[in-house]
Amino acid sequence: MNSNGSGQITDAAERYKSGVIPYKKMGYWDADYQPKETDIIALFRLTPQPGVDPDEAAAAVAGESSTATWTVVWTDRLTAAELYRAKAYRVDLVPNTGPGTNNEAQYFAYIAYDLDLFEEGSIANLTASIIGNVFGFKAVKALRLEDMRIPVAYLKTFQGPATGIIVERERLDKFGRPILGATVKPKLGLSGRNYGRVVYEALKGGLDFTKDDENINSQPFMHWRDRFLYSMEAVNRASATTGEVKGHYLNVTAGTMEAMYERAEFAKSLGSVIVMIDLVIGYTAIQSMAKWARDNSMILHLHRAGHGTYTRQKNHGINFRVISKWMRMAGVDHIHAGTVVGKLEGDPNMVQGFYDILREPYNAMNLERGIFFDQPWASLKKVMPVASGGIHAGQMHQLLHYLGEDVVLQFGGGTIGHPMGVQAGATANRVALEAMIMARNEGRDFLNEGPKILDEAAKTCSPLRAALDTWKDITFNYASTDTPDFVPTTTGSI
Amino acid sequence: MITNPTGRLTQGQFSFLPDLTDEQISAQIKWALAHDWAVSIEYTDDPHPRNTYWEMFGLPMFDLKDPAAILMEVNEARKTFPNHYIRVMAFNSTRGVESPAMSFIVNRPANEPGFGLVRAEGPGREIRYSFHSYATDKPESERY
Repeated sequence: MNSNGSGQITDAAERYKSGVIPYKKMGYWDADYQPKETDIIALFRLTPQPGVDPDEAAAAVAGESSTATWTVVWTDRLTAAELYRAKAYRVDLVPNTGPGTNNEAQYFAYIAYDLDLFEEGSIANLTASIIGNVFGFKAVKALRLEDMRIPVAYLKTFQGPATGIIVERERLDKFGRPILGATVKPKLGLSGRNYGRVVYEALKGGLDFTKDDENINSQPFMHWRDRFLYSMEAVNRASATTGEVKGHYLNVTAGTMEAMYERAEFAKSLGSVIVMIDLVIGYTAIQSMAKWARDNSMILHLHRAGHGTYTRQKNHGINFRVISKWMRMAGVDHIHAGTVVGKLEGDPNMVQGFYDILREPYNAMNLERGIFFDQPWASLKKVMPVASGGIHAGQMHQLLHYLGEDVVLQFGGGTIGHPMGVQAGATANRVALEAMIMARNEGRDFLNEGPKILDEAAKTCSPLRAALDTWKDITFNYASTDTPDFVPTTTGSI
Repeated sequence: MITNPTGRLTQGQFSFLPDLTDEQISAQIKWALAHDWAVSIEYTDDPHPRNTYWEMFGLPMFDLKDPAAILMEVNEARKTFPNHYIRVMAFNSTRGVESPAMSFIVNRPANEPGFGLVRAEGPGREIRYSFHSYATDKPESERY
């Protein structure tokens, strides 16, 4: 049998004989392939079934995520099949897995796809190929999509963020510091009237934004229209009281697109600067809302509800960095991306990698942060990351250090749970933030002097003193499940 | 009557902290200069939250790199408009930013009457809101 160096059968009659042949032999593995500048590259973490050669497993993934089916079909010969076949071209053993370690062997498999395999401007089409069928494929024991390189040619077919960090700041008239927010709690059960009270107190106390939670839509205790009306009364009251632009993320998530548009239009008619959707509405709905937001001068907040089901475990699913890329392309303005220090999963390097993907004009490969490819962003606007979940004023120095300035810091419990009330909780957070920014700009070592800087600021702000005393010992020190796998020295190809 | 906790307009980076001293203003100017941002001074007697364009106290100081000289300009502005809001801003011209990077208030009127909330009620309980600055009832230059 004639075959080339990568194991592909070169004789056409032989190659297309009816029956089942290994994916490598069908041409889905090409060790010599040089990805084109316009190729989309996917990097999978692959755990082969016992006894399956990693090259063959990678070829199988390439096959099933592009043109292949389980058996040879002659109709391939009616097409430029060689072009449409995805090519697995590189397989590396994941550091600290395989023989001599306590972990079963995993491999990083690089697969290149020609641009013509994808419809322009459609996350749904992109994902239908890349994650459509392969995750249930028997030849692999487990599979995780770790990263993607999106070519500029494809990026340019997407709108990108409706507003972006820069324009959002200009609209809000807030520069040079993180934006402050809080999620209204309890997240379920408040009436519209009581809900608006929390919004008003928090915004008046010094927050820029308050937020609906992911699962507050239109339930028996509070229908959406009531929530919108009372929340906007609160937002405008607070703006008049402080002279600042304020906002409340009105969650327009609903069962149909028609209902979401109706809610978004109502939010607009009330003068809201921002609306919110949940990741669970799906990629196409997200793109539709991003287009609506661009057309209506609205900031679009995305809550990543549901992502933990597929992003958290190391050997399965999709890394959140890939979701970050897709959401920047889909066009959201805000996305929850981790806190490092809060209650939710997040290794510092990994979280900083997500933030880089969302905020930078160009990502250079950075294995420490889990970024496997150089990624130019082709002037797609920047997404504002949101840090939310178990953070409080006493961590302000760490938050500023790890997350930087272009971020929304959301203190839900850390505002509403304040012993002196919601307004005092908000003021504590705002004073802590302003004091930390001032200290940083003065050139102080704010990370190490953080507690001292906060103590100084608390001398003229009793709410901050109370916040520091209440939460001084609260930390969430659990080992992360999702950590970068790299060794500082180069890993050789197999 | 402003009912916020600080009893004053809270726009800008440091409105929740005690008024900045000259030394503190200088430190912030140094931070801007260290990033190669152009510092500018703006003033207004109409601090409506959506009044984007405060009056410029001269052009942004693109070529002035001496913090002491910039502080002199700030103090000159305060002397000229002691009862106006004055803010110091810094502009970042880096590709992909090209926007203000800092904005903080360095002068404010002794008395800040704040804003009234005007509600225009419509059908279906809908309300159109607008803010009315009490100070702007008077003509420019007679406010505060």
